[in-house]
Amino acid sequence: MTVLVASVNSGIDIELSFNEALKNVGVSPEIAHLLWIPFPMGLVLIAAVIGVLVTVWLERKISAAAQQRIGPEYAGALGILQPMADGLKLLTKEDIIPARADGLLFTLGPILVLVPVILSWLIVPFGQSLLISNVGIGIFLWIALSSIQPIGLLMSGYASNNKYSLLGGLRAAAQSISYEIPLALAVLAVVMMSNSLSTVDIVEQQNGLGLLSWNVWRQPVGFVIFWICALAECERLPFDLPEAEEELVAGYQTEYAGMKFALFYLGSYINLVLSALLVSVLYLGGWGFPIPIEWFASWTGQSIDAPLIQIFTASVGIIMTVIKAYLLVFLAILLRWTTPRVRIDQLLDLGWKFLLPISLVNLLVTAALKIAFPIAFGG
Amino acid sequence: MNIANSTELICFIILGTIVIVGALGVVFLNNIVYSAFLLGGVFMSVAGLYLLLNASFVAAAQILVYVGAVNVLILFAIMLVNKREELKPIKGLQLRRILSGLVCSGLLILLIRVDLTTTWNLPGPNAIGELSTERIGEHLFTDYLLPFELASVLLLMAMIGAIVLARRDVLVSDIGTGESADQILIEKKKTPILIDKISQ
Repeated sequence: MTVLVASVNSGIDIELSFNEALKNVGVSPEIAHLLWIPFPMGLVLIAAVIGVLVTVWLERKISAAAQQRIGPEYAGALGILQPMADGLKLLTKEDIIPARADGLLFTLGPILVLVPVILSWLIVPFGQSLLISNVGIGIFLWIALSSIQPIGLLMSGYASNNKYSLLGGLRAAAQSISYEIPLALAVLAVVMMSNSLSTVDIVEQQNGLGLLSWNVWRQPVGFVIFWICALAECERLPFDLPEAEEELVAGYQTEYAGMKFALFYLGSYINLVLSALLVSVLYLGGWGFPIPIEWFASWTGQSIDAPLIQIFTASVGIIMTVIKAYLLVFLAILLRWTTPRVRIDQLLDLGWKFLLPISLVNLLVTAALKIAFPIAFGG
Repeated sequence: MNIANSTELICFIILGTIVIVGALGVVFLNNIVYSAFLLGGVFMSVAGLYLLLNASFVAAAQILVYVGAVNVLILFAIMLVNKREELKPIKGLQLRRILSGLVCSGLLILLIRVDLTTTWNLPGPNAIGELSTERIGEHLFTDYLLPFELASVLLLMAMIGAIVLARRDVLVSDIGTGESADQILIEKKKTPILIDKISQ
């Protein structure tokens, strides 16, 4: 668990200073480590929730603009407090479990949907060492965790004892397992180029020449496949069949109210922000500035390990990651309010007959290019 | 015993309990949907045990394959055919239960005996942790290449078989002429073939 641990021997290390401070008070190093653990976790949880609030506000405002309305206006300046009001409303609503529903599974379903999504934030890097845990299996952990979600969806669809819910749950599971395969294959091509599953290594490998060395130029097909699959996994509009309002009321969420519904709502938006972050990590250079920050440091003659430069680099990293992610979120919202919904057969056709072969070819071509041009494609 | 060890022990006890109780629940519960969900829980706790052994790649693969694919498929199948019908009582159910219980407990006793009589090489070799991904890949493509390829051929066969079974129309033959009906013709003709024949 490291946050802000700077390069090997110098720079700022908050964890180390935290432990030192506790040791001076007389706490053993192990207890100090235990006390440290909640901080990065809480920080990321707060970041995720704030990310969701901003996304909900953006969704309301952009949809209003797309439909030539004003949108939320009275709650705070430009309606910026509207998502808070939504959350508070859901918090105070009555928690209803339908009479013939299966209470246990009905409660467990939303939790199983939300927990894997939040766990996946473990691997999102906001800077060289600005992440909760640089686990070696990195991006693979996210793919594995996101495969748990369909179980929660099936569970809530089944437990609601409602035909619309069951249909929505089945659709959600079918959609999510169909699009997981091209998604994983697209990620595999990137992993092959960077020789590592770790998100930190993937970003570092892209940041040699700034903008020019981003993966999106080397993996344009993979980028498009990944984005389409990520939208499908998040059940965003061109692919929002599981909750298609006109056909299924609200799909697996039909019977849910209050906080349980809020868990679904939160889960879907956290997943959207997470997907946008991962697209920027995998294809858009993550925390990298379009011009490498090391070049600035060498021009001004500063050491890259100087505390001031480190704080500057870290802030630029966070800002860049967030900007890239929110550009993608903006794109997703725009897509939602301008495209029609696909039919279920079109959805499965697109997944199995188009994206899957294309992503296999993409993987093969990447492997061939990697052998042919090891300099450009990470030999 | 320091904090790291005791945390590990507590995690092991919790995960072990979940695995055992969950597996018993899978077998003994009457509601097949509960059994399927519990099976998912058992798979996940086994992945947790792998994590405790420092095998994070195997743990993630376990979740991806067993929870994300196998268990979802089982649930899917159950929910698509979940008819609420009264099952007929099977003859000699009690005897069958006793027999299968005896076989299972015999197996358990055998395993416990093996566990107790083997001299385990403890502590085992150091876990290589992060390097394991590369090591697994190397083994799969060198000394385990044949089993790996055989498994993929087997999966391909199963997939083709499933497609043939699902596309029942491939086997449909035309009633009038006895020739096999062409799939494209069926799709083009909006009226069912049978009704056409009868009206003539």
